[in-house]
Amino acid sequence: MGRKLLLEKAHVEGIRYYDVYRREGGYRSVEKALKSMTPDEVTEEVKKSGLRGRGGAGFPTGMKWSFLAKPEGVPRYLVVNADESEPGTFKDRYLMEFIPHLLIEGIIVSSYALGANTSYIYIRGEYAWIPDILEQAIAEARNNGWLGKNIMGTGYSLEIYVQRGAGAYICGEETALLESLEGKRGNPRIKPPFPAVKGLYDCPTVVNNVETIAAVVPIVNDGGEEYAKIGVGRSTGTKLMSACGNIRKPGVYEIDMTISVEEFIFSDEYCGGIANGKRLKACIPGGSSVPILPANLLLKTAKGETRYMHYESLSDGGFATGSMMGSGGFIVLDEDQCIVKHTYTLARFYRHESCGQCSPCREGTGWMEKILWNIDNGKGKMSDIDLLWDIQGKIEGNTICPLGDAAAWPVAAAIRHFRDEFEWHVKNPAECMQRNYGLAHYADPIHVPVTA
Amino acid sequence: MSDQLLKVTIDNITVEVPAGTTILQAARQIGGDVTPPAMCFYTPLKGSGGKCRTCLVEVSKGSEKDPRPMPKLVASCRTTVMDGMEVKSVTSQRVLDARAGVVELLLINHPLDCPVCDQAGECHLQDLSYEHGKAGTRYEFQRRTFKKHDLGEYIQLHMTRCILCYRCVFTADQVSGKRVHGVLDRGDHAEIATYIEKNLNNEFIGNVIDVCPVGALTDKTFRFKNRVWFTKPLYAHRDCSKCCGEVTLWMRGDEVFRVTARKDEWGEIKTSAKTGDTGWICNDCRFHNKNASDWQIEGLADISRHSVIGQGKYKGLKKPAETIEKVLDGRQPRLLMDIHSVSEVNKPEIELSTIQGPATSAVFKKKP
Repeated sequence: MGRKLLLEKAHVEGIRYYDVYRREGGYRSVEKALKSMTPDEVTEEVKKSGLRGRGGAGFPTGMKWSFLAKPEGVPRYLVVNADESEPGTFKDRYLMEFIPHLLIEGIIVSSYALGANTSYIYIRGEYAWIPDILEQAIAEARNNGWLGKNIMGTGYSLEIYVQRGAGAYICGEETALLESLEGKRGNPRIKPPFPAVKGLYDCPTVVNNVETIAAVVPIVNDGGEEYAKIGVGRSTGTKLMSACGNIRKPGVYEIDMTISVEEFIFSDEYCGGIANGKRLKACIPGGSSVPILPANLLLKTAKGETRYMHYESLSDGGFATGSMMGSGGFIVLDEDQCIVKHTYTLARFYRHESCGQCSPCREGTGWMEKILWNIDNGKGKMSDIDLLWDIQGKIEGNTICPLGDAAAWPVAAAIRHFRDEFEWHVKNPAECMQRNYGLAHYADPIHVPVTA
Repeated sequence: MSDQLLKVTIDNITVEVPAGTTILQAARQIGGDVTPPAMCFYTPLKGSGGKCRTCLVEVSKGSEKDPRPMPKLVASCRTTVMDGMEVKSVTSQRVLDARAGVVELLLINHPLDCPVCDQAGECHLQDLSYEHGKAGTRYEFQRRTFKKHDLGEYIQLHMTRCILCYRCVFTADQVSGKRVHGVLDRGDHAEIATYIEKNLNNEFIGNVIDVCPVGALTDKTFRFKNRVWFTKPLYAHRDCSKCCGEVTLWMRGDEVFRVTARKDEWGEIKTSAKTGDTGWICNDCRFHNKNASDWQIEGLADISRHSVIGQGKYKGLKKPAETIEKVLDGRQPRLLMDIHSVSEVNKPEIELSTIQGPATSAVFKKKP
């Protein structure tokens, strides 16, 4: 049983409401931080904790905070990125729905550390019911003196506002989010300048994921060093994983990043194995944008070592044989799933969600979708596979924001690891409409060359 | 610090530029092949650039202080130079590949209707595809189309040709002062449009035609009137209360076919000598003064040879001298034979322009 920090109290009756949350030890971190620590000390604790951004990129949070420019007389902002739109990811939704006060508490402490007097929660438009939950939590916090002017007589003031997005995946990209928050079209900005220097309304801004902000609470409560003891190496603390797909127990799990991928999928404590007695074919370990891995490379690295559920191990082998922790959207595919159809679905998603600002992503995503539709429907050609590979290479790295990369990687990984399946689709146009390729050799043990 | 010049090396050519200069501007100082193409960047427009990705370059050395190379290709139009920076443009295969890729992607949904497009001949996408693209396409699907929008009496919108450079959006924001059009929708179905039809009638809105790098926004008063390369660009000016009044007239004979602002060799509107500001022109000058008598003509426009428009109209153009006399030692060539004396295929007395309908063999047939 791994250690839980965020979801420890998630199942307490009524934890959504202030009284229960406070009774269970809520808002201790605010008391501690505001009364006994300076903002720099809070930042220092977060640095010590080794907390990495939980939104996908895994950038060290303490470092991000220390980059924040602090010119005199200019307001600073903390913006919480709750625009959780990555297919397969729903951990923030769980946090905000069940323990909203944890997020509010995290925001207060983080804003204090950053010197922000205004904080925004930019929430995904499709989460239509959650703003009400958050607004209620904010109102409760204010009524109990945790928000507003001169909090607890410390002279520190903070207001939190909830802003709903209008249903665009791209607004999860931090600069597009800021544009949208300013009331403009949600196009990513060209960096530099980075938000830490010129963010919301041209003021220094930190944009953090919901889970990252929530994780600040246990860090302040227990101390950064204590937090860093959990986990392995540079993957410290706990991580929420939203597991879905063909598993027996889909849901949000908190892991302490010491367990193996195999344990996560097959143990009864977590996913409970593959549903309906099927076999594991492939898995996307970190949300739709990260490379898909076949079963054999998922459970063991190319070196034959066991793969663990943490940042370093999941990305072991680079993109050639590894993947990424991403945002923790763990999508499991069983032997009945068609990788081509799956890749087409993702390509369709990215085509629909591209903002259309820069040309490689705008044109390339649509092209990839059309080619994948052809292959999936038995109309593909052998040359299409190489064409897809070429197009994704033309998109990756050449766009303003990471959405281009996010659109290119799933296609690249699918071709890299499942080329046989694509070729089978091309060679058997009639058969591929009737049945799926199946598991084939994707779970076979990988030959590891022995070196002397 | 600010007046100190920074050294930047682009394709092994070093220039010194003031701080705050972008790589693209530095490369333009060098000129030639080194300069990356730019489809969306427009110097007079604040905030433009970074979108088309044709100007990508490789930074092989960040600066003197931090010599690490930048991992990704960067948009040269939005990256400022650092002292000691080393940039690779045409010397980097990565850049050439990426650029060819962008050109291909820009063209997959472009209708390629240059033969009927008014922009043909001065189109930056044409130039870009000639210079950096490949002859064929690998795109085998239907090209995207849009519902037509009417933008009023001055401006014709062809959304299928648009490359979404956002220049016209910036122009409407920063020059016309009142923007009623913008980018609707997103991704590959994003389009330039207004919610209210026939509404682009602001005093300076005609400038969106000049900034459009392709044929998406063209002059309705010039539509299908002439090919640009048949018209002769002349600098002219008039007293205008609204703008600088310095324009280029596109004439054929005595007729003014079109009026545009003056553009430099990068297709950008020049700074006006009179106002010292960017030479945007007003709708009055552009659309309503189409008589040569309205203007004081200054002379031939200096147009750089980057497209076919200037053919035969360059300043200082050297026409090849007639060499036949020299070859014949000063003797005049002698007519050896009049072809019409032996051939009945053609008849010089028939004026082709006067016959009814197309010329067929019946026209030349000997009447019995």
